[in-house]
Amino acid sequence: MGLNISFLAAAVVAGTPLLFATLGAIVSEKAGHLNLGVEGMMLMGAVIGFQVGLLTQNPFLALFAAMIAGAAGALIYALLTITLRANQVVSGLTLTIFGTGFSSFMGQRLVGQIAPDKIKAFFKPVAIPGLSDIPFLGQIFFRHDMFVYLGYIVAILLGIYLYRTSFGLNLRAVGENPGAADAASINITKYKYVHVLLGGALCGLGGAYLSLVYVPAWQDYVTAGRGWIAVALVIFAAWNPYKALMGSYLFGGLDIIGFRIQGTGLQVSQYLIDMLPYLVTIIVLVFVSMKNSRESQGPKALGTPYYREER
Amino acid sequence: MFKLVKRSEVSKRKATGIKLIAILLALLTSAFFIMILDLNPMSVYISMINGAFGSAYRTKETIIKAIPLIISALGISIAFRMQFWNIGGEGQIMIGALSASFVALNFSQLPKPILLSLMITTGIIGGGLWALIPAFLKAKWGTNETIVTLMMNYIAIKWVTYLQYGPWKDPNSMGFPKIANFTDNAILPKFLGVHIGWIFALALVIFTYIFMKHSKKGYEIAVLGESENTARYAGINIQKTIITAMILSGGFSGLVGMIQASAVNNTLSVELSAGVGFTAIIVAWLSALKAPVILIVSILFAALLQGGSFIQTAFGIPQAAALLLQGMILFFVLGSEFFVRFKFERISKSKNDKQEMQEILVGREAK
Repeated sequence: MGLNISFLAAAVVAGTPLLFATLGAIVSEKAGHLNLGVEGMMLMGAVIGFQVGLLTQNPFLALFAAMIAGAAGALIYALLTITLRANQVVSGLTLTIFGTGFSSFMGQRLVGQIAPDKIKAFFKPVAIPGLSDIPFLGQIFFRHDMFVYLGYIVAILLGIYLYRTSFGLNLRAVGENPGAADAASINITKYKYVHVLLGGALCGLGGAYLSLVYVPAWQDYVTAGRGWIAVALVIFAAWNPYKALMGSYLFGGLDIIGFRIQGTGLQVSQYLIDMLPYLVTIIVLVFVSMKNSRESQGPKALGTPYYREER
Repeated sequence: MFKLVKRSEVSKRKATGIKLIAILLALLTSAFFIMILDLNPMSVYISMINGAFGSAYRTKETIIKAIPLIISALGISIAFRMQFWNIGGEGQIMIGALSASFVALNFSQLPKPILLSLMITTGIIGGGLWALIPAFLKAKWGTNETIVTLMMNYIAIKWVTYLQYGPWKDPNSMGFPKIANFTDNAILPKFLGVHIGWIFALALVIFTYIFMKHSKKGYEIAVLGESENTARYAGINIQKTIITAMILSGGFSGLVGMIQASAVNNTLSVELSAGVGFTAIIVAWLSALKAPVILIVSILFAALLQGGSFIQTAFGIPQAAALLLQGMILFFVLGSEFFVRFKFERISKSKNDKQEMQEILVGREAK
């Protein structure tokens, strides 16, 4: 039993970078923009966050810089797809190529460097008084570092924003039917820019969690494909921030299950287990498209550029 | 005030001109990056060209890098024509290589021509079948192909990793995780100094051009890409068209896997594809999905990669710089497409108001 609880707790930690990236992708897709550059933005956030962390030893500045870096990546994508109406799939892929190059380029001198002690100390696990004493749940969810808690908060805030505020309602209108939203005098371009950039900032945070807290050192290609899992997790979570919480921790568990199974002496190859997240995603995706239910489909205008003249 | 207006028809020359300006701007922007590194952009660019075409050996290397790009990009362009976002080139290459390697490792005693033809066939079939899975899911339930093809890349890579570190590990490699090298009769011969993959590439450029321009299936693929409703109205069998196009698309990448395993690596390994599947997407897009243009753009991209690794040693610039440059060029070209499709028209605000007023008045009178 002890093993199971520690495994579930570790799954929450492993799922946290996925959570930030998934929430970022959800925000962007709610505005109708499929950004396949998640991996690139995570890497940009990871390297800039780490660099600033090394220079300033200040966790807040490091995280802020990571958000700016992620948003800067998203800005390139936004200029191309919102203003210049470029193809979203190709623009996103290019952003990933660019971000990968950017992070290895900037990180070349950082390889092998360890995150500063001050920052590591800041992100030490903290048991939340009261909540952490709840049997089972307390041990799984409330004895982590601040970043994990930030993940809970951001997911819940985002859920409230999307489903309980007029901004959220407008945003969903932009993603579903930009023509109608435009007619209702919602500023489409502004909504798109704000949320694509916000999405990039969240992806940048997810990357910074990897380099500053999870690893915590600089290694080339620190994300190792997690950005792509996040892209898939959006569909798994049916564009819902609350379901994203669940999905991220589930996939976080898949991420670390290999080590655990090896610990038990079972003869299963690590590499086959590594396939699981991708396989599960495909199965879920097929299941969702078979059911074809309305709420599990993406925003209607996802991926299509909006021209006012063609309304 | 400016107003967006869709251009009706753009001459080919003008479209090319706009794209060339974009590439020039990308090089200028990258020059800033290079200057930050305290290097002279001009000399870096010149030595990149020198590194790609400066000697017979370097030119050969560039061509060897261009071959997989050309063939994969051709395959991807067929799928993209149909608006099927096949970003699974990477995985299809891997599975093609895996299938061909299976033959190479298990039937190495066969005579060379038979073994090679068998490897080519299984490579193509392997890649084709791997692409068929997302095509089937899309045709049957409308499953999002972008994500499925993407996920299947990772599954293919993990599978090859599993084989390389596990069941297929060469017992003679003294614990080093690698698969046994192919025997000589499993290796593609050379012609004019470069392995014969280049002949395949040229043949496939011609094949794709004719297929897309002059065959019924090619036409159906293009119609389906324009509009599913039109295709349905015209009596095109949509499921069959998707499946045919994807078998072709994946088969091309499968062939790339076979070529890379046989002629370049002489074995199967995880690093075999090295991002070709992703770069090919970009090549296909830059080439506006046109086969002859793919040939040219692939060679330019290969030169960028080859020149990139050259400046790495010459100036100590990391290889990642080539990725940055690649990304930058692409950003600018993607952005420039807008100016091919649209133009800004100046409209004076007062005139606009007047016009609007008139329209309202006319509307009233009509009532």
